Amino acid sequence: MERESMEFDVVIVGAGPAGLSAACKLMQLAEKNEQELMVCVIEKGSEVGAHILSGAVLEPTAMNELFPNWKELGAPLNTEVKGDDVYYLTGEDKGIRTPNFFIPKPMHNDGNYIVSMGNVCRWMAEQAEGMGVEIFPGFTASEILYNDDGSVKGILTGDMGIAEDGSEKDSYMPGMELLAKQTIFAEGCRGHLGKQLMESFDLNKDADPQHYGLGIKEVWTIDPEKHQEGLVVHTAGWPLDNHTEGGGFLYHMENNQVSLGFIVALNYTNPHLSPFDEMQRWKSNPKISQFLEGGERVSYGARAVNKGGMQSVPKLSFPGGLLVGCDAGFLNGAKIKGNHTAMKTGMLAAETVIESLKAGDVAGKELSLMDEKYKSSWVFDELHKTRNFGPALHKFGTFLGGTFSWFDQNIFAGKLPFTWRNTTPDHATLKPAAKCPVINYPKPDGKITFDKLSSVFLSSTNHEEDQPCHLKLTDPSIPLSQNLPLYNEPAQLYCPAGVYEVVKDEEGNDKFQINGQNCVHCKTCDIKDPAQNITWVTPEGGGGPNYGNM
Amino acid sequence: MKILVGVKRVVDFNVRIQVKPDGSGVATDGVKMSMNPFDEIAVEEALRIKEAGNAEEVIVATIGPKACQEQLRTALAMGADRAIHVLTDDEIQPLTGARILKALADKEEPQIVMLGKQAIDDDNNQTAQMLGALSHWPQATFASEVKIEGNTAIVTREVDAGLETLSIDLPAIISADLRLNEPRYVKLPDIMKAKRKPLEAIALADLNVEVAPTVKVIKTTAPAKREAGIKVGSVAELVTALKEKGLI
Amino acid sequence: MSKVLVIAEHDGANLNGSTARAVSCAADLGLDAVDVVVLAADGSAVAEQAAKITGVSTVLLVQNPANENAVAAILAPQIEALAADYSHVLAPSTTFGKDLMPRVAAHLGRPQISDIMRVESATVFDRPVYAGNAVITVEAPEGLVIGTVRTASYKAASNDGSASVETRSVDATLPSHTRFVGLESGGGGDRPDLQAAAKVVSGGRGVGSEENFKAIYSLADKLGAGVGASRAAVDAGFIPNDHQVGQTGKIIAPDLYMAFGISGAIQHLAGIKDAGTIVAINKDADAPIFEVADFGLVADLFEVIEELEKAL
Repeated sequence: MERESMEFDVVIVGAGPAGLSAACKLMQLAEKNEQELMVCVIEKGSEVGAHILSGAVLEPTAMNELFPNWKELGAPLNTEVKGDDVYYLTGEDKGIRTPNFFIPKPMHNDGNYIVSMGNVCRWMAEQAEGMGVEIFPGFTASEILYNDDGSVKGILTGDMGIAEDGSEKDSYMPGMELLAKQTIFAEGCRGHLGKQLMESFDLNKDADPQHYGLGIKEVWTIDPEKHQEGLVVHTAGWPLDNHTEGGGFLYHMENNQVSLGFIVALNYTNPHLSPFDEMQRWKSNPKISQFLEGGERVSYGARAVNKGGMQSVPKLSFPGGLLVGCDAGFLNGAKIKGNHTAMKTGMLAAETVIESLKAGDVAGKELSLMDEKYKSSWVFDELHKTRNFGPALHKFGTFLGGTFSWFDQNIFAGKLPFTWRNTTPDHATLKPAAKCPVINYPKPDGKITFDKLSSVFLSSTNHEEDQPCHLKLTDPSIPLSQNLPLYNEPAQLYCPAGVYEVVKDEEGNDKFQINGQNCVHCKTCDIKDPAQNITWVTPEGGGGPNYGNM
Repeated sequence: MKILVGVKRVVDFNVRIQVKPDGSGVATDGVKMSMNPFDEIAVEEALRIKEAGNAEEVIVATIGPKACQEQLRTALAMGADRAIHVLTDDEIQPLTGARILKALADKEEPQIVMLGKQAIDDDNNQTAQMLGALSHWPQATFASEVKIEGNTAIVTREVDAGLETLSIDLPAIISADLRLNEPRYVKLPDIMKAKRKPLEAIALADLNVEVAPTVKVIKTTAPAKREAGIKVGSVAELVTALKEKGLI
Repeated sequence: MSKVLVIAEHDGANLNGSTARAVSCAADLGLDAVDVVVLAADGSAVAEQAAKITGVSTVLLVQNPANENAVAAILAPQIEALAADYSHVLAPSTTFGKDLMPRVAAHLGRPQISDIMRVESATVFDRPVYAGNAVITVEAPEGLVIGTVRTASYKAASNDGSASVETRSVDATLPSHTRFVGLESGGGGDRPDLQAAAKVVSGGRGVGSEENFKAIYSLADKLGAGVGASRAAVDAGFIPNDHQVGQTGKIIAPDLYMAFGISGAIQHLAGIKDAGTIVAINKDADAPIFEVADFGLVADLFEVIEELEKAL
């Protein structure tokens, strides 16, 4: 069909820290060079920030480079880190505070800020719009558009007003082609277009498989007596066993609120494990519950993070486009931070594109300069220094792995002359359910711990009811024919939003049900399904969570 | 003819409302704001009347702080021709709001003023009716269908008893109910065009509108939670209990 | 002397039950008298019914052929003329009262308190905002108080009064710009509309199939109730989604809500929190719906429906 199209110099997919940093940097450089530049950012969330979920302790390095005067401009970096506690939880009611000396250096947070990354993004979007960037929230990038020579020419926005059965409703509005000389993909972790680009351009050829974690986060308003603005708490250990990686965080933000969450590495092996329930019971440890008692939970959300580090970073350039931020995977696992690296790689992409435009490059060119810029940037240095952090935890477990990391980081400063690798993708790690212990999670108490549906309620998630399901099964029989007998269909447990259920149908037979409406766009199913049978695609624009202050 | 549509910026309908612990209101910091959904329906209806050839111009107006411009731009992107922003940082209650709209109507002389039946924040459901009274114009509230026939409008209203039809002389006030229409999706090029459409800002003070007596909000609380009742042991017990309450 | 005037809602022949609920609210004001006004073309029958509402002192009957149908622009000037004798004027917060009262208030230069759910004093009231997700306590400014009464918050005043009926003529110019054309009663079919129904029978995933939902419909018809469903039942294809009750479906406040095989996810509960009486029937004794149900019964829903139908 003939579609309407719009042309820009640069189209950016995703208004997160990477995409918005790219947009701001592009406009700054264009102004400096007195260049006319048309830049647009499209964002699937109903507004900028609606789909942003991050801890977050922000290391302000990239922000200082992008907006040296961010303070005067009113960036919402209001809470400086004032205390930094690390606990090793040894059981449901015990935990030991780890002396500062024993904490690997990258985990120190002096000079960092506790922020709501959603609000930081809202602020960056204002800056970008002020500089002339067109930002379109509520629009998805549903497909990549290619030129005849195979180079990327832009993206197609999702159709709106398609009914569940695929027919066009009265409100039908076909998607539009957004064309650009260069398209910057900044979808965040496991972007659905990024995934296609990696396949079609074989960007992972020289990289290890990406590794992921699922982060589940809540925001609480707590008793002012218990609130210590600026305090950062991290935990390792319980409730995970020594062979399951993960840990918790609790940050005291402004306004008597705390942001807390738990990350479970998605290479876990026991299909009976439920990241959601691990997170809930983690809160019942007194080191955490001491802050929450008497408080009120105000928000909930979940998002996958990439943690493969340096070894998993793909090639960033391909004809017509670039990958930035978590769409490629620059999270520094040792620091548990990826916002600063996402921002910086967005900025590097902007520099790359501007240099190319200045040189008069044609549209659709491959800008390998991006890969060079990354390798000579502090992002690479950081990831290189901490490259053995993740694999060490994986190899030796949390305790010994953590000890290694202390020596590696505090004594050898990341300069040990070897690189460990982890080449098993996360979807291939599950062991058969019959061979794994069943985990009995306690019932939620409705005060500190909650059930899934009342949690999803707090994410303000909404999708237009009458639309095709955006979670596609390549083979619809696999959940019941393979996943259920072998792994007890782990989607029921790994999904933090209760999207997947095995229910009985009218005749009492098992039926695999997908409640796509509940989806918080965390992408875990796309990552962890053992058969790689679930593909997350974009629902109608504007759908998904509506996070505020997340 | 001209159609004037009033729109209000409110907390988005998807956002879970949280009452502040100190009782001073509901949390709105960092919360998504949108055009009141009923107002969006009103804008859509005005555009459909125009597209059917029954109106020449759709003017959209709002009252509130600077940020409300966003909602005017949304309406312009939907297709409204121009916008009027009455700027004020004060909370505007319905009667004062109606007086302001009256001042705009006096100036613009529209044949129809379309409003949402109520805003989903204060749920007052008053402004359209009050504007009807102040202008001595007919009103058709809770509209689920609007037909323009020359100088009259035939409006179907969703009332408790069913669907009521009124015939009203223009100029008139119409308030939109949920089923009047399904607002269109906004197109990307129209969002860009909307930025260049005329938007007139008027300071509230310049309109010489007298502020009405105001209702004072003393405190805001979370609604009482339902308590669990009793478990009955049998259907007979249940039937007795419901009969006692006169429910069956 | 402070008196409150309650505007009667009626269809020309019968007084609407919301009037007696508004009278209950008026009584809570603790003023010297509660009067009711019936504006009608021929309203003696309605006035007699209003006179029976307990607590009413006087029923004012204003008869005018223009009052044949309740048109706000026509009724408003008549109420304005009567309001001078009163400190408060109230109407039920039905589409009738919502349409009418702001028109009265604006003419008199008074703000309106919508959806009064509790009277704290003659000038301080509670009312819901944000679709009932918050409640505000408001104080009306000095002078005439105009309000609408959230009927779900008040029980109807009982029916053993004997007020006098006074016929009044009012001096008001009535407009001719608004003409009543017709009224088509809602619902379409015998089953009441979900949102307007006084009783709702609702089914969840526990019902099991589209076929099994027939039992829900059958009970609903017996009770004269509307039919609702949880999202799980809609998602499972048991019933079309216009029956869905809850945060993303319809928010309803019937007098009686009967939930069969509904577990009671918070999203569903958000849609029924204003229901008068909630009855829950579920096999699972731990289902969250029991935490909000006035009457819970742990049992097989089909057996319960069968027994209920016999008992009714």
